[in-house]
Amino acid sequence: MRVNFTVNGRPQEADDVWEGESLLYVLRERLGLPGSKNACEQGECGSCTVRLDGVPVCSCLVAAGQAEGREVVTVEGLADYAKQRSCGDSGSCGTTPDEAGSRQAEGTDSQTGEGGELSPVQQAFIDAGAVQCGFCTPGLLVAADEMLERNPSPSDADIREALSGNLCRCTGYEKIMDAVRLAAARQSEGV
Amino acid sequence: MPTNGAPTKITQGSQTRGGVGESTLRPDGTLKVTGEFAYSSDMWHEDMLWGQILRSTVAHAEIVSIDTSEALALPGVYAVMTYDDLPTEVRNYGLEIQDTPVLAHGRVRHHGEPVAIVAADHPETARRAAAKIKVDYRELPVVTDEASATAADAILLHDNRDDHHAGHVPHPNVVHRQPIVRGDAAAASRRADVVVKGEYTFGMQDQAFLGPESGLAVPEEDGGVHLYIATQWLHSDLRQMAPVLGLPEDKVRMTLAGVGGAFGGREDLSMQIHACLLALRTGKPVKIVYNRFESFFGHVHRHPAKLYYEHGATRDGKLTHMKCRIVLDGGAYASASPAVVGNAASLSVGPYVVEDVDIEAIALYTNNPPCGAMRGFGAVQACFAYEAQMDKVAEELGMDPVEFRRLNAMEQGTLLPTGQRVDSPAPVAELLRRVKAMPLPPERQWESSEGADVRQLPGGLSNTTHGEGVVRGIGYAVGIKNVGFSEGFDDYSTARVRMEVIGGEPVATVHTAMAEVGQGGVTVHAQIARTELGVSQVTIHPADTQVGSAGSTSASRQTYVTGGAVKNACELVREKVLEVGRRKFGSYHPAWATAELLLEGGKVVTDAGEVLGDLVDVLEGEAVEIEAEWRHRPTEPFDLRTGQGNGHVQYSFAAHRAVVEVDTELGLVKVVELACAQDVGKALNPLSVVGQIQGGTTQGLGVAVMEEIVVDPKTAKVRNPSFTDYLIPTILDTPTIPVDVLELADDHAPYGLRGIGEAPTLSSTPAVLAAIRSATGLELNRTPVRPEHLTGSA
Repeated sequence: MRVNFTVNGRPQEADDVWEGESLLYVLRERLGLPGSKNACEQGECGSCTVRLDGVPVCSCLVAAGQAEGREVVTVEGLADYAKQRSCGDSGSCGTTPDEAGSRQAEGTDSQTGEGGELSPVQQAFIDAGAVQCGFCTPGLLVAADEMLERNPSPSDADIREALSGNLCRCTGYEKIMDAVRLAAARQSEGV
Repeated sequence: MPTNGAPTKITQGSQTRGGVGESTLRPDGTLKVTGEFAYSSDMWHEDMLWGQILRSTVAHAEIVSIDTSEALALPGVYAVMTYDDLPTEVRNYGLEIQDTPVLAHGRVRHHGEPVAIVAADHPETARRAAAKIKVDYRELPVVTDEASATAADAILLHDNRDDHHAGHVPHPNVVHRQPIVRGDAAAASRRADVVVKGEYTFGMQDQAFLGPESGLAVPEEDGGVHLYIATQWLHSDLRQMAPVLGLPEDKVRMTLAGVGGAFGGREDLSMQIHACLLALRTGKPVKIVYNRFESFFGHVHRHPAKLYYEHGATRDGKLTHMKCRIVLDGGAYASASPAVVGNAASLSVGPYVVEDVDIEAIALYTNNPPCGAMRGFGAVQACFAYEAQMDKVAEELGMDPVEFRRLNAMEQGTLLPTGQRVDSPAPVAELLRRVKAMPLPPERQWESSEGADVRQLPGGLSNTTHGEGVVRGIGYAVGIKNVGFSEGFDDYSTARVRMEVIGGEPVATVHTAMAEVGQGGVTVHAQIARTELGVSQVTIHPADTQVGSAGSTSASRQTYVTGGAVKNACELVREKVLEVGRRKFGSYHPAWATAELLLEGGKVVTDAGEVLGDLVDVLEGEAVEIEAEWRHRPTEPFDLRTGQGNGHVQYSFAAHRAVVEVDTELGLVKVVELACAQDVGKALNPLSVVGQIQGGTTQGLGVAVMEEIVVDPKTAKVRNPSFTDYLIPTILDTPTIPVDVLELADDHAPYGLRGIGEAPTLSSTPAVLAAIRSATGLELNRTPVRPEHLTGSA
């Protein structure tokens, strides 16, 4: 079957999709967007978390056909999504959907982890040391960004509750807590 | 003794920014937060096929027949291979003992053993084809524990063993046995005022790394194959793969793909050979990605163990003797079992002075899932037991458990049961003092003006209590872990370092085969290069087999050993660069010939700080490149009868204090805080050090209260191969983890550093258990603790 939906602001079309394929599989294997991860493929780990019409979901549990006509945001589009949101709040600035969809980490110094245009929560994960192997990171970023959108000044208990569907095996979550607190603080300072 | 925090052995006084000791950020951080970092399961190739493995549905059986015809007839299927299709006579592999069949040959020995492999143009087609393969099993009885495995008439897992342990084991179903005898434990026991005996059980833990086993094998025009793979040790994989593929090692090229965690679970091969076989058979690139269900069958686990301990002490609180017997279940194949036995035996006394010991550790062959390396590697199981013993002895003596431990704590100069003298700082008593001195979390922290916050209570959001039936307990534990490969293993690493001018700037390139699995080795390598070469721009070359072996990313060894190799190669490059400078500019300034010269801030300077020249000018038109191997001090094997020998390279120590709250009515545990104090020698990257300690601590918490692979003792089948049923700590299960980092330099190690990755995984578990015991008064001799153990219904 053919599936049409919007990913990170850009219309996408996937052909020859087998009916049993998940949204995660189509993103990773047919659309060249492997940022959403495949740690369990059974809805337990949150590594495949994406926004589906704004709602965070495990994309491994969404049949590709269910995404027909809907809007998906993945970790690859998170920086632009966050930028558009902050622009929307202040009522100015214009990223076209086209630009949003094609964003790459241009100008990034891959040796230092500095530079490039990242969302506040992405930058905070780097700065706080919340990334080790990084396999849980994309799902956590999408979930944390969504929580900060709803709740700009979360308590620690709020953060833990919001991220309880995202497993991490490397960090012991302490640096992830630090990162989300840092992103919230920077966001409230308007940094 | 070096003072706390003093950097040692920086071979030049480099002040270059981003060097050793700074919390520089990960070079792969941006790629990892944007989703662009390419993990092994993200590999993609035009025209690629998908591989699938068919695994045994029973634990022990003869294979009467395999019929692949229906699978081969399925449209989209390119190849189906069984044992009969293997290309050479070498059909087994293994880390130390080559006892593991690539594909089962006439017999399967554990649930989930690979029997056949399929390549197809869609993963679902490959799965369906695998399901159409008909395997006729004739089931055999299973051996699942020491009694059944070592019975006189027990069925043998491996007939006609000819490995180097076969000659000294008491039964062919014992992989390896290591006794350690020192002093006279029987005589010393007569001096004891109290004797405490205990029997302990440690459940089977899974590494549960998040990135599934996966990779892409691409056939090459010369008949070879290129494998992009997530592993812990490229060259070890290569050494095991090439003979089975029937290829010389130079026709099997390996590049490290992004690794989504490892924790020991990628030390053995998983899908490496299978992907290459299918690629060579079909002439097409083949990708294999396990799902989580298969991952639980596709790698070895931490050995479950039975531990029998006896300790004696005098009334004034000194340990008199220790006897122990540690039985590790190695499952169907050897994997790393022999080395795990060596660790368990040699570290079984813990970080304590006990002069008279009688120790025995064995690993069994059974029909249970194969077990091998996992973070802590034999020392974890022992620590769980000896720390429970320490609390019991202290209680018998009426002493404070921390004070009792400090009274018996080893220190620099202590002679271990193996006869090895500890010749670097061993601040066991100090770590206990520090972790005890940390402020305690407030009592009844769930109470707020708006009532109980159930998220802070046992049971959490399930809203099972508002504080009624909840009691608090505090527990302490400390552990000792060896660093590096032991028992005489040639544990070297290799680094290639290149210095040249690129874009008008001096740039260093570091090329190693080190597997970056998340630990941050790539960050540290760049820091070392900046410190040693005085440049700010460092490129980390992708890890592959085009450079010499780096050894394994395990045993807490990579910062020590490959870090040491990078430091060594940088020093050699620096000498060469200075030679070039002397040749070019020596005649312009006498200091070129006389003074000790340093590289700092992109310049050649004298040790008095006078600038002699710019590295850009020195390196103009010349690149300097050196590849060199580096070794730490050699170790010795343990004597097979007495266990004596300088078997280990270095030791690492951590102590934990756990604060728990237990809902005694429902048997639910909330770990409120898990504080850690650890000596790291020298923190090359303090941010990463703390991250390692917190991560290791949490894996220890997991096996204290949640994590266990449940194997049916009647059938030896795995009951819970999923994240639905095998629970690892979520962010709600994990408490705050305050960390106190001590830096007492080990003068034998690069920069004085100590391998740190594993020690925090040891003492975390027994600290949590001790806290639960203190809250409930229960004996709790097994881990993980389940609710039924706390409510008395088990």
